[in-house]
Amino acid sequence: MYQYDVIDREFLTDRSNEFRHQVTRRLAGELTEDQFKPLRLMNGLYLQLHAYMLRVAIPYGSLNSRQARRLAWVARTYDKGYGHMTTRQNIQFNWIKLKDAPDILDALAEVDLHAIQTSGNCIRNTTADPYAGATAEEIDDPRVWSEVIRQWSTLHPEFSYLPRKFKIAITGALTDRAAVKVHDIGLILRRARDGSLGFEVIVGGGQGRTPYVGPTIKHHLPASSLLSYLEAVLRVYNRHGRRDNIYKARIKILVAALGAEEFGRQVEEEWAKIDQGRADLGDLELARIRGAFAQTPFETLPARSEVFEAAKAASPALARFARNNVKPHKKPGYAIVEVSLKAVGQTPGDATADQLDVVADLAERYGLDDLRVTHAQNLVLPHIKLDDLPAVHAILEANGLATANIDLISDIIACPGLDYCALANARAIPIAQDIAKTFADPDRAETIGELKIKISGCINACGHHHVAHIGILGVDKKGEEFYQLSLGGSGAEDASIGKILGPALPADKVAPAIDTLVDTYLSARQGEERFLDTYRRVGLEPFKEAVYAQAD
Amino acid sequence: MPKLIKLVGEQAQWAENTFVNVTDEDAIPEAGDVILSLTRFQAEGDALLSSNSRRVGVRIEPAEEVEALAYDLPRLSVVALAFPKYRDGRAYTSAHLLRERFAYQGEVRAVGDVLQEQAGFMVRCGFDAFEPNDGATPEAWTKAANRFRHVYQRAVDARPIAADERAVQAKEGAL
Repeated sequence: MYQYDVIDREFLTDRSNEFRHQVTRRLAGELTEDQFKPLRLMNGLYLQLHAYMLRVAIPYGSLNSRQARRLAWVARTYDKGYGHMTTRQNIQFNWIKLKDAPDILDALAEVDLHAIQTSGNCIRNTTADPYAGATAEEIDDPRVWSEVIRQWSTLHPEFSYLPRKFKIAITGALTDRAAVKVHDIGLILRRARDGSLGFEVIVGGGQGRTPYVGPTIKHHLPASSLLSYLEAVLRVYNRHGRRDNIYKARIKILVAALGAEEFGRQVEEEWAKIDQGRADLGDLELARIRGAFAQTPFETLPARSEVFEAAKAASPALARFARNNVKPHKKPGYAIVEVSLKAVGQTPGDATADQLDVVADLAERYGLDDLRVTHAQNLVLPHIKLDDLPAVHAILEANGLATANIDLISDIIACPGLDYCALANARAIPIAQDIAKTFADPDRAETIGELKIKISGCINACGHHHVAHIGILGVDKKGEEFYQLSLGGSGAEDASIGKILGPALPADKVAPAIDTLVDTYLSARQGEERFLDTYRRVGLEPFKEAVYAQAD
Repeated sequence: MPKLIKLVGEQAQWAENTFVNVTDEDAIPEAGDVILSLTRFQAEGDALLSSNSRRVGVRIEPAEEVEALAYDLPRLSVVALAFPKYRDGRAYTSAHLLRERFAYQGEVRAVGDVLQEQAGFMVRCGFDAFEPNDGATPEAWTKAANRFRHVYQRAVDARPIAADERAVQAKEGAL
């Protein structure tokens, strides 16, 4: 992972001191809550239903063991012993006291972590493929470019008061694990025919009230021109994005209003006026950043591990884990291991302090000290030797971390919902727990195959329900929680926005409705079709009929 | 008249505000320095600039484009960029364009909801005069503007960015 230098560290110290000064002024009554609010938000500190929530940035979802242990320590010392992984690869602590926040930020800064720009109308933490540097599919490592953007966007003087928040995601692989088409800017690393590295630039995707799959405005941006081009996009947005209505202020509204072609033309016009020699990083700094990612000293290993094969044959649990949570690695003899935070009955995306410590230990001992957070709210050990898989699995299992359900029906994305969030209309967590219980039989879950359920407690769509195979949106109907189902969305490379199935259902009817949807799919499925494929082939009607016929 | 802070080098200092901010309803005073709205300037600016020796500035609202001033900039002493709310960040882009694209040498003044917490961003975008409305003193302003020892991205100030500092370090390390 990227190694901070003195400059990066001094920057965090200065930021931490600035925030301590602001909190002191607030606690002394020199700042009103109104004046303090934007300052704390710029440091990821929200006032929620019950307490302050601190959102800590995990740049492009990448952690080392020391950082993970520090997060565990924060959870234990200042929270109720757990943290929540977000759909933007960050971690949230839900029970923070204002007076502790400066100490927490100091403690985080000691391990190169911070909460800068995890809130506010600025460029947020850039997210990336959690398999970066480990997957064979990769054209280039998206972490390098994410780090370039992290530095450029940090306290950007021109773009810290945008019309609305701004989220960038990058993938270097064709399989999209970063949801790049539903971000303000999505970047896909590509090689041109002549071999030169560049980005496909997608602008104006998004979720919330008005979901869009973003259009491509540039097919091949030379990689070294990334920052000047981003500057052009942000400048056009900063000047022309709407500021009269918070719900129409995201860049997707501007892009949709102008049309992708006209928006792209305005960006090109602005870009042509920018002095690229000044705006872009030189080759020297690009090379330094690339070089500052610690080398991963892979060993030369055989592609097949007899230890692993024998253990798998002896243990059905390990075999199941291998089928669902172990993914191919670019190096022979290694694997990418997904650690599910979706055990039945658990709050999706929550990890206890002890679990964080366990995964940190595994990363340090077996995983080249590398650990990732996924936008699906799970963890990843990206570099595990096949020979070590049985040992790693045993430790995960002993700590409630070996749920073998990645991308299966119980691997549910859910926002914190009305249990925590001041914006929510309905709870999300109990719905997720209900569904997970309904499909607790792992054999059945595997028979059903890939099925992505995502739950949001309100229209802001933090739970990504628009891009779920089955999306669930909590709505408030005269003070009662109801849930609107939608089908056929995807946040991956085949991105699409789901279609609403029909009238919203009361909470106790959601899991049974999912059961009906699954039965309908299983009886219509052809060959190896996923739920999404069957839906796309047969359409909404058979599903709608099945669910509402039963409800009548 | 709001108190005015000006930047002299890296230091903020109190400065005398000789400009009268003329609203569109006011008559333009007989003499003295004035700041006009863009509309008023476009209607009456030429006459003012050529008839006497007073200095003229223009106030630009966030939705107005500084490009409208392109040909007048050499004659303008002040461009005042308005922040109706501190959250409206369009004036940062306006300041950036004035300095970098039009090489404007005159005063770029922040007016409206101007807070010391924004000092660093404003200075980096090319503002050199401020009418703070949070009672900030020049000392507080200087401190806020220089709170960070390092900056990461090129702006219109002359500060070396992290990449420059690293290049120097690398060179020194190589010697």
